[in-house]
Formats: sequence, C-alpha cells, structure tokens
Amino acid sequence: MSHERYEMVVGLEVHVQLKTRTKAFCGCSTDFGAPPNVNTCPVCLALPGALPVLNEHAVQLATRAALGLGCKIDPVSIFARKNYFYPDLPKGYQISQFDQPLATGGSLVIGKREKGGDIQVGITRLHMEEDAGKSIHDRYPGATAIDLNRAGVPLIEIVSEPDIRSAAGAGSYLRTLKQILQYLDVSDVSMEEGSLRVDANISVRPHGQSKLGTKTEVKNMNSFSGVEKALESEFERQCAVLDAGGRVEQQTLLWDGTREAVRPSRTKEGSHDYRYFPEPDLRPLMLDGKWIDHARGDLPELPEATRKRLVEDFGLAVVEVEQLTTTPALAEYFEAVARASGDGKGAYNWVMGEVMAALRGSDEDIGRFKVRPADLAQLLSLVRDATISHTAAKRVFALMVETGKQAAQVAAEEGLLQVGDEAAIATWVNEVLEEHPEEAKRYLSGEKKLQGVLVGFVMKKSKGRADPKRVNQLLSARGG
Amino acid sequence: MSVENYTQLGAAAIASSVRAGQVLPADLIRASFKRAADIGAGPDELNIVLYADEKASLEEAEEIQNRVNSAADVGVLAGVPVAIKDNIASLGLPTTCASKILKGYVSPFEATAVTRLRANGAMIVAKTNMDEFAMGSSTENSAYGPTRNPVDVRCVAGGSSGGSAAAVAAGITPIALGSETGGSVRQPAAFCGVVGVKPTYGRVSRYGLVAFASSLDQIGVVGRSVDDAALGLEVIAGFDKMDSTSSEVDVPIYRLAALGKPAPEAHDPDTEAIRIGRSPVPLPPPPSPHTLEGVVIGKPREYFPDSLDTGIRDLCERALERFRSMGATIRDISLPRSPLAIPVYYILAPAEASSNLARFDGVRYGLRVDPGKGLKAMYEATRSAGFGREVTRRILLGTYVLSAGYYDAYYKKAQAVRTLIADDFRSVFAAGVNAIFTPTTPTPAFPIGAISDPYEMYLNDIFTVTANLAGVPAISVPIGRMRRLPVGGQIITAHFDEYTMFRVAYALEAGLGREAHQ
Repeated sequence: MSHERYEMVVGLEVHVQLKTRTKAFCGCSTDFGAPPNVNTCPVCLALPGALPVLNEHAVQLATRAALGLGCKIDPVSIFARKNYFYPDLPKGYQISQFDQPLATGGSLVIGKREKGGDIQVGITRLHMEEDAGKSIHDRYPGATAIDLNRAGVPLIEIVSEPDIRSAAGAGSYLRTLKQILQYLDVSDVSMEEGSLRVDANISVRPHGQSKLGTKTEVKNMNSFSGVEKALESEFERQCAVLDAGGRVEQQTLLWDGTREAVRPSRTKEGSHDYRYFPEPDLRPLMLDGKWIDHARGDLPELPEATRKRLVEDFGLAVVEVEQLTTTPALAEYFEAVARASGDGKGAYNWVMGEVMAALRGSDEDIGRFKVRPADLAQLLSLVRDATISHTAAKRVFALMVETGKQAAQVAAEEGLLQVGDEAAIATWVNEVLEEHPEEAKRYLSGEKKLQGVLVGFVMKKSKGRADPKRVNQLLSARGG
Repeated sequence: MSVENYTQLGAAAIASSVRAGQVLPADLIRASFKRAADIGAGPDELNIVLYADEKASLEEAEEIQNRVNSAADVGVLAGVPVAIKDNIASLGLPTTCASKILKGYVSPFEATAVTRLRANGAMIVAKTNMDEFAMGSSTENSAYGPTRNPVDVRCVAGGSSGGSAAAVAAGITPIALGSETGGSVRQPAAFCGVVGVKPTYGRVSRYGLVAFASSLDQIGVVGRSVDDAALGLEVIAGFDKMDSTSSEVDVPIYRLAALGKPAPEAHDPDTEAIRIGRSPVPLPPPPSPHTLEGVVIGKPREYFPDSLDTGIRDLCERALERFRSMGATIRDISLPRSPLAIPVYYILAPAEASSNLARFDGVRYGLRVDPGKGLKAMYEATRSAGFGREVTRRILLGTYVLSAGYYDAYYKKAQAVRTLIADDFRSVFAAGVNAIFTPTTPTPAFPIGAISDPYEMYLNDIFTVTANLAGVPAISVPIGRMRRLPVGGQIITAHFDEYTMFRVAYALEAGLGREAHQ
C-alpha cells in the first residue's frame, strides 16, 4: 500500500468572513440572503470615480483574530491590489495584502501526541482582503448571472505552515480554528453560508525525506469532512502517481463531493500573474502599540483556558469539559447553571443530557434557549433539596421548555412537589402492601430484594411525589 | 452693464453681482451658451464642449436665484458658470472620459469637488473634451476628436484638460475643473494663455475623479486669472471622508494671498466671512519693490537647459526680472534628479492605469461587444473596441512593468527614484527657498497632428511631471507670447503651501500686467 511508504504534507488556506455590519471599503450591508445586487453602491460596483475607505471594525476584528491565534501584529501593513479579470470581481482587482500582511507567526495546538506534548500547527500569516461577488452559472440557460452583494465583504485569510500530516489532522486544525474564531466572536464561521472557506495545499514525500514534494491545491470542499475526504483522495492519487514512477504536476484541483474525487480546474496554475502592487487609494494601515495592547487586553477567554478553568472549578473530567466548550455559548450556558446551582456535576449532566436533547429537537440556538441558566439552576436546587424527585424533575423540565414557566411554578401546578410527610407516605406504603399481597408476604418474610419493586409501586402510586428515601426507611422498618 | 460684459469679469465679481441682484444667474447661463455658440465650441469647430444642456443649466440658475431671493448665503461662486472635465463625475451630464468605452454613461453620483462647487453657488454648464482617460498632452487622443486652441485654431489646446483650458480661454466660463496626473492642467493652461493650478496631492478629494494613476491624480482648476484659480481651489479643497488620501490640513483663503502678506491664522473670524462670500477681499496694493520682500525664488538649472527655446527662455527671464523688481531674491538651485522624471512617470502612471482601467470590462456598464464566443472573447472585443491607441499602449506598458520578473526592475525602482525626486524638492525648500520658478512647457502650442511620436509627445510634460511625482503644488501663469502663442511660467512651492504659490502668482500677474499676454 502506497500510503505506508509516503507521508502526507498539508498546509491550509482558510478564508473567513468577518462579522462586520458593513463591507470592508464601503457602507453597504453584509447581510446574507438579500435579493441579488441589493447591497451595492458605487464603491462595491466599481463605478468610475468611486474610492475605497477602510472599515475600522474590520481592522478590529482581524486584529482580534490574529492576536487570538498568537500572531504578531505588524504596526504597518500595506494593502495591495491583486489584479485579475473575472465578472464577479468588479474592479478587476481584489484589495488584499501581499508582502506586508497584518500579522505573521502564530500557531494552533490541535491535539496531543501519543507520547505527550502538543501537536502544533504554525500559522504563517493572517491578512485582510475583500470578498468577490458570486457568479451563478446554472440559473439562466446560456448565461451567467452576477450577484455583487458579497463583493467587498471583509475577509481574513489565515495561511498555515505545511505542518499538517494527515487528513484527520487537517480536520482537527479546522475544528480548533473554527472554535477559536467563535470564541473570539469575529465570524459566523459557517461553511454552508460560505463565511468559512478552505483551500488545501497537499504534497507527499517518502517517510524520512525532508525535501517537500510538488504540491497541488485542492479547492471546492464544502465541509470539514469534505476536506478530510478530499485530502485522503488526493493523497492516494499522488502516491499512485509516484509509485507508477510519475511526477506530481503542480495544479489546482476541484473536489467533487458527489463523486468523491478531485478533477483538474479549468484555470491552469502558473498562468496567473496577479501583478500585485501597493493599493494607491488607501494609506498604509498604521496600528499603534497602545491600540494593539488594548486589543490584546480585550481578548475574550479562549477555549483552552476555559477548559482548564472548568476542570479546576467544577471538578469535571477533561472529556466532559471538551464537550462543554465546543462552542462559547454552550460553555457560557453551562457555567451559568453550574455557578447558580453550585452543582457542577449536576449542571453537566443536565446540560449535556436534557438541554442538548431539547435543543436537538427544536434546532434552537443555546444562546436563545427558552430555559435560561438561572431557571435550570433553580430546577437543580429543587432536586437537591428533595423538593421534587429526579423523575419529576424531568417532567418539570419538559414543561418548562414547553411553557417557559419557572421550575417551582410548574412543579406546584402539576402537583409534583415531593412529599416527605411520614403519614402520607405510610398510607401509600400500606395501600401498596394491601394491593400486592403476594409481594408483601414474601418481602415481610425476609425476601429483601423485593424492596426495590415495592418502592417502585409506592413511587408510581404517589406519582413520583414520595421521597424515595423515606419510603425505603418505612419499608425497612416493616420488613424487620 | 450688458450681460456679455459680465462674462468677461472674474468669478468673484460675477458672484458678488449675482448676490447683489444686479444680474440674473439665468442670464449668465444664456450668455455662456451664446458665447460657446459664437466661438464654435461644438464638435464641428473648436470641439471644446462634449456635453451641455442649456435647459438643465437654466433650472440650476433658477435655484441659485431662489437662494439669492431667500437671502441665504449663496456662496462665493453664486451664479458662476463652471465647466467640468469629462473625467469628473457629475449628475445630469454624461461622464465619459472622452472614451468610446463610456459612451452615454451618466454617473449616479457626483464628485466631491463638483458637489462643493454647487454648494457654493456655482452652476455646471458643460463637460469638456480631453485626451481619453486623461492620457495625452494635446487632447488629440479624445475619441471625439481634438480640441482646437481658441488663440490659434490650427494649434492644439494642450492636454489632457484641453477642453477645460480652451473653455476658459474662449470666455465660456471663468473657471473650469481639470485633472492632473503629469501636467494635464498646467500645460493646456499655458498653451491657451490662462491660469492652471495643480494642488498638493491630497489637497482636493479625488472622489468622483475617474482614476488614471491614483497616486498622481489630482483635480486642478483652470481660471482666467490667478484670482479665479485661487477662488476655485479654495472651494473644492479640503478633507473628504470618501477619499482616504485626502488631507485634513486646514485650507487658507487663497485669495488673501493677493495682499502680499503671509496667511492669516486659520479660522480667523474676520477672514471666515470672506470665505463664505459675506465680505469681499480687500483691494490689493499695486505692485511695488516690497510686494515680494523676503521671498526667495529658486531657479533650477535643470529646467533651463541649453536646449531650451530662446523665446521661452527670454519670457522666463523677464518674469524673473519682474520678481526681482518686486523685492524677491532669485537663487540658482538644482533639482538634480528631475531629469529622471519622464521615465519614472511613464513606468508608474501606466502601471496604475493598467489596474485602474480593468473595471471597464463590459460587464456592468459602458460598452459591451460580445462576439458570442465566451467571456474572454467578450473582454477582448469590448476593450479593443472601447479604448483608443494611447490608452491601449499605456495599459500594455503598465501590465508589462507589473509582471512577475519585471516588477523589481521597473515599478519598484521607479518608486525609489520617485522618492529621490521628492527629496530634491524637500531639501530645496528646507534650505530657505520659498518658491521655484520654471517654464511650464518646453514649447508653446504646436499644430494639430504635428507630433506623432509618443515619446516626443511625452516630453511635453518634462517640466510639469516632477510636481506630480513629488506631490507638491504648482501653478502655470501666462508670462507673455512668442510667435503670437501664449507661454506659461510655473511656480512650485512646498507641500500644502498653496498660499505662497498664489502669493507669488498674484505678484507675477500684477507685475507683468498686460505684458502677460504680449
């Protein structure tokens, strides 16, 4: 098998749309899903005489992303024009950054090695640029339609070092990157909506060789698993080429998700000469040290730190906090419940159990979930001080999701408050013993294992309100 | 006074008559259109005006009159007819850059400079002819035919703002907007015997100026007199948030430079009333041996080569003599890197142009020629049909110098030399020179069709292009005539020191008097 002889070498270029209200160089809205060409103006339509003006919010978000990825911000960066003709590129050039990008030299930890130690992927650079519009080829027969709503939306391009050695590693890198960008709140990072796009550079070389092989660029993947599949497929293809004594040709390939194979792109690599030069319509971007320090100070807590803290504060296991920190909203929700209830383990069980199940059912976002953390914490407290039973609590929760009411109110209305009253429980116990004479006889004559069954009958009779502890005590006393 | 006579007045005098209700803006419009018709400004004769709409201009005039009637501050240009170069976006009239590729294109937005003119009471009466996309020095590269020089119709009007210079010289308007990339306002102003000013890079917003070479482009003003040019620039200058390269440096009232004194403090309340037209500029004293007292004028040897036409040299010497007689000190100076300016310019300007003109692709607006053989064929057919020879030449040149493998040798090196050229100017001004005086052009206007070699044509910009590369302000003022053709003298000052430039220009104009046109 070829892949045993060869090592995969991958570097990823990730384009991320920044979450600004307006475009990078004009005041047009960045809303996704507006009717075609509605969010346009003289600047993003490239009408004669229009000029770009840099959106400061885009600079703030790009800087935050760069700092969050451990990059060094260059106090002076230069916008450059990347020249090429395409109908969805109105100016005939894209405003980007070339030889003086906003930031360089970051890294991401994407996992642990078997023998310990972090698996790190270097980040070569992070630069700002603008998005192009969309060409729609399949809408009108024989014609291409152009939608320029997206033209000029701010992007950052994050270029990794060729440090990734497997398709799974690429997946880990992307998931880690996505998670960090979510925590930084700089982008919607949705591959479906196109706010995160991935191009992969891949080459192979025999194990132990330090020289890099000839790379190909694979584009057009629309999910992280698509990226992984595309890399596996291209790896196999390159290995087969080498095994057959051939040479890998440098080219751009498109991933076909339905056929699960790559095919050559129509544009030949190397035929592009982008003729970069400094954008004369924009001054160099100067960021002073204080401003950068301030941005650094304003960074939110990143997932790694959150995980560490949750382990320390709530005594949770590493796998548990990994689940809880998938998204910042989930971690935030969990932490609010855990703090308000003072019960980390209980909060974990409820959030990962009932809450996630309810969310899966409703497709709702946890940030807007009807049961707020304080409400769930109250429910947890009711369980802990035995006001309601665990069984009843699940019903209460379901009703809270349904009605939006508070836990105590629901429990009272539904008559689910736990009964600790000795006399009431004794009555239920007596009734159960009478209604089940066979079991009663066997139990009273010493068949202890029947106690559980009897407790169950009592709980059922009391509709879950009886305090199981007291029921057990009473039965034990009788069982003598 | 008849309305025709009003059109011979300076812009400031016209505006004060309009504000005083002595003349109706509508009559000024009619007079302007009559003058254009009389002189033959249309396509078959002098070919100065590409687009005009008398009815729309009359409506504009009515609005101005309403503002006068309502006793509002109409502005320093109340009722002044102004012509606009065809590469500056204006509402109403087309903006075609004298190119076939933009035939019929009407901009849905307006250049900041034009908006400021209108806000100060000016009325836009015409879009003027030019070299296509401002590429040329004779207006012969217009897709709509060359402009003829009103002084001598056999000759070119200069370029690329030939139509704007000719419009002012012909008396159609006292003020016109032009644009500069390498001398395109000063050179035609010199050829037509009027005043042309290119401000400091960043002084006037480029928003709405169709880009040729963004790092060099500036909107400039043609005026019948120094005062017209000063007034026009005063109105359009200043920061604009729509142009990131525009400057926040305060704009002095340039007309006060006529008084021969240093600029008053910014925002001085007495002078601010002058800015909005409530008070007039005090009458300047007649020229005297004190007019330019303390002013050091540099005479750079590189701009007076042995090969310089003796007619031009003599007129420059007369102007320098006049400076001396008004108390200025003339100092021989050197700007040693200036002789490199033409090659540097013809690398940088085409490089930027090749990118700036990429948007004319037949996709969204303007000409589209589609042979039905796919996208690339559409691009090629559209751009081949839409662009003229000189524009095509510069796009090819610019594409070449930016190409992989050539970038360092051409573009990067040219940028480095550009910095050196600017350094020359900085060190001269730092050494105590207040203004530099040179000829504007190496020759007066030449006959239409006389220059066919592009490089020979490029040499027309030899004395003007350095100010664009260095970003400093410069003005061309008439200094006399040779073989009955006008000759211009150029005054260059330090960045954002337009005030001193105007001070020296006012003095030269006053000092020469009628000789400026003899």
